[in-house]
Amino acid sequence: MTAEPVSATTTAGRDPRIAAMGRAGRGIAALGGFAATIAFTFLGLLAITFFIGRVIPIDPVLAVVGDRAPQEVYERVRVEMGLDRPLIIQFVSYVGDVLTGDFGQSVTTGRPVIEDLARVFPATLEMATLGIIIGVALGVPMGVIAASRQSSLTDQAIRVIGLLGYSVPAFWLGLIGLLLFYARLQWVAGPGRIDIFYDGLVPTVTGLMLVDSLIAGDLDVFWNAVSHLVLPAAILGFFSLAYIARMTRSFMLDQLSQEYVTTARVKGVPERQVIWRHAFRPIRVPLITVIGLSYAGLLEGSVMIETVFSWPGIGNYLTSALLNADMNAVLGATLVIGAVFIAINKLSDVLYRVLDPRAR
Amino acid sequence: MTTREWLLTESPSSRMQARLGRSYRVWRALIRNPLAVVGAIIILALVILALFAPFFATHSPYTGQLTQRLLPPSGDYLLGTDELGRDIWSRIVYGARITLVIVLLVGAIAAPLGLFLGAISGYFGGWTDRILMGITDVFLSMPKLILALAFVAALGPGIENAVIAIAITSWPAYARIARAETLTLRNSEFIAAVRLQGASALRVILRHIIPLCTSSVIIRVTLDMAGIILTAAGLGFLGLGAQPPLPEWGAMISRGRSFILDQWWVATMPGFAIVIVSLGFCFLGDGLRDVLDPKSGAKS
Repeated sequence: MTAEPVSATTTAGRDPRIAAMGRAGRGIAALGGFAATIAFTFLGLLAITFFIGRVIPIDPVLAVVGDRAPQEVYERVRVEMGLDRPLIIQFVSYVGDVLTGDFGQSVTTGRPVIEDLARVFPATLEMATLGIIIGVALGVPMGVIAASRQSSLTDQAIRVIGLLGYSVPAFWLGLIGLLLFYARLQWVAGPGRIDIFYDGLVPTVTGLMLVDSLIAGDLDVFWNAVSHLVLPAAILGFFSLAYIARMTRSFMLDQLSQEYVTTARVKGVPERQVIWRHAFRPIRVPLITVIGLSYAGLLEGSVMIETVFSWPGIGNYLTSALLNADMNAVLGATLVIGAVFIAINKLSDVLYRVLDPRAR
Repeated sequence: MTTREWLLTESPSSRMQARLGRSYRVWRALIRNPLAVVGAIIILALVILALFAPFFATHSPYTGQLTQRLLPPSGDYLLGTDELGRDIWSRIVYGARITLVIVLLVGAIAAPLGLFLGAISGYFGGWTDRILMGITDVFLSMPKLILALAFVAALGPGIENAVIAIAITSWPAYARIARAETLTLRNSEFIAAVRLQGASALRVILRHIIPLCTSSVIIRVTLDMAGIILTAAGLGFLGLGAQPPLPEWGAMISRGRSFILDQWWVATMPGFAIVIVSLGFCFLGDGLRDVLDPKSGAKS
C-alpha cells in the first residue's frame, strides 16, 4: 500500500515527457537569467563609456568643441549635451540616444558617428574573418599534433610559437611583415585595402571587398584585394592561432588521459583514429567557445594592425579619432567594438550550452 | 643533518623552516623546467639593465649627434642610431627602466585592488558578492585594449595615465581568482576559530584570507605581465603612452615606422626588446603555474 504512491512518483519522475518539460522549464528560467546578465553587461558597457565621456574629462564640452570655441558655442553645446541636468538623468538620456542609434557627430569627419561606423565596419569584419579562418585552419591541427606527441620537440616548438603569440606586439609584427613581404620579397601589396587605380571600380554591395568584386565579376579587383588583405589577415590569424593551438592542446591532453582512449588503444584502434575519431570529437564543443573568444579578440587586435596597414576599418577610425581628440567617435567605436565583443562572447556561451549535453 | 635534509624534512619544527622548505621545493621544481629558468634569467637581466642603466649604456639616451643619424648597427653604435643620431642600444637600456616601472606600478595597483575586492566579495557573499561580481564581470567581458585606449583618451596621454588605464582594465581577473579562493577558505575551521576569538571581518580578510590568496594571484600577475607590456607598448606606439623624448620601446617603434623600408633597425630593435622581455614573463609565469598550481599544471 505504502509502496504505491512512491513508485508512482518515481515513474512520473522518469517519464521522459515530464522530465523534458522540467528541463524545458529550467531552460526557460536559465534563458531568462541569461538575458538579464546580457542586459546588465550591456548596461555596464554603456555606464563605462558614459563615465569615460562625461565624468572623467574635466570639461566634456571642451573635449567636444575644443578650447578655441567662442563662448556662445560653448554654452549651446553645454545645453545640447544636457550637462546642466543631474548625472543620472544624463545617463538615462545617453542610453536612450545610443539605443536609437544616435552616437553624436564626429568632429573630424563632420558626419554622424553611426554612419561612419557603418561604413568602416565591413573592412574590419573582412580582415578578422579571414584571420580567424587562418587561425583555426592552422591552430587546431597544431594543438592536436602537440598533444599527441607530448613533450616531444614538435610539442616544445608549438608551445614556443603559442607563447610568442602572447609576447609579440601586433604593430611590430605588422611592420616586420611589411618590410619582408611587401618591400623586400614583393609577395603582397602594401598598406591600404586596394590599389588606388582599382578604387571605386566595383559598386559597394556588402562592403566586403572580396565579395563585392566577385559579385561584380571583376577578378582583377578581387586578386588585388586579396594581395592587400592576406598579410594583415595572416598576422591577425597568427595571434588567434597561438591561443587556439594552446587551448586545443590542453583539451586534447585531457581527453587522451581518459580511460576510454586507453580502451580504444588496447582494442587495437589505429592511433590516428584514436586521436581524430575518439579524442577529438568531445573537444569540438569547447573549441567553439575558444574560437568565438578569439574571434572577438581579433576585433580588438585589429586596432593595432589596421593602424599599421592603414586599413580603413573600425580600428583605424578609433585611433585617428583618439589622435584628434574626437571623443564622440572614440566612444562610438568603443561601444560598437565592446558590444560586438560581448555579443560574440555570449553567443559562444549559448552555443556551448546548446551543443554540449552535459552543460544543459 | 645536511642543510638539504633540514629543508626537505617532512616535519618542520618551526614556521621559518617550513617556509624555507617550501621555497626550496618550489625552487628545485622551477630549475628543472628549462623554459622557466630562461624566463627568470631574462627578467633578472631586465632588472639589472634597468638598475645599472648608466653602466650599460654606451651613449646618452637623450642627446645624439645629428651627423651620426640613422647609422646601421656597428661596433660603436651596437644597434645603430635613430633619426636624431641617438644610440638605439642606450635608449633600449634606459627604456628597460620605463617598462619595469610600468609593470611594477600596474601590478602594485591592480593586484591588491583585485585581491581586496575579491576577498570581500567571497567573504561576505549575498548582495555584496552579487554587486561586486556584477561589476567585475562587466569589466571582464570588455576588450581590454579598447577600454584602456578609451580611458587614456579621456585622461590624456602620458605614462601615469597609461598605468592607470591598464590597471583599471586588469584588476577584475585578480578579483575573480581571489573570490574563488576565498569561497574555499570561508567555511574552514581555522577561519571559524579566528572569528570565535573575536576578530573583525576586516582582520580576518586582511590577516588570514588575503595571504592565502596571494600566491595564485601572483602567478596570474606574472602571466599577465606580457600582456601589460604589450598594452603599454601599444599605447606608446599610438602616441598615448610615454611621451618623447622618453625612450619607451613602443614609442621608439612608432618613430622608426617612417624609416622601416630603408633603416629597418630603428623600428626593429626595440621590438626585439619587447618580445624578449614579454617571452621571459610568459616562460616564468608558465613555469610558476606548473609548480605552484599542480592542478592546472598537469593539463598544460
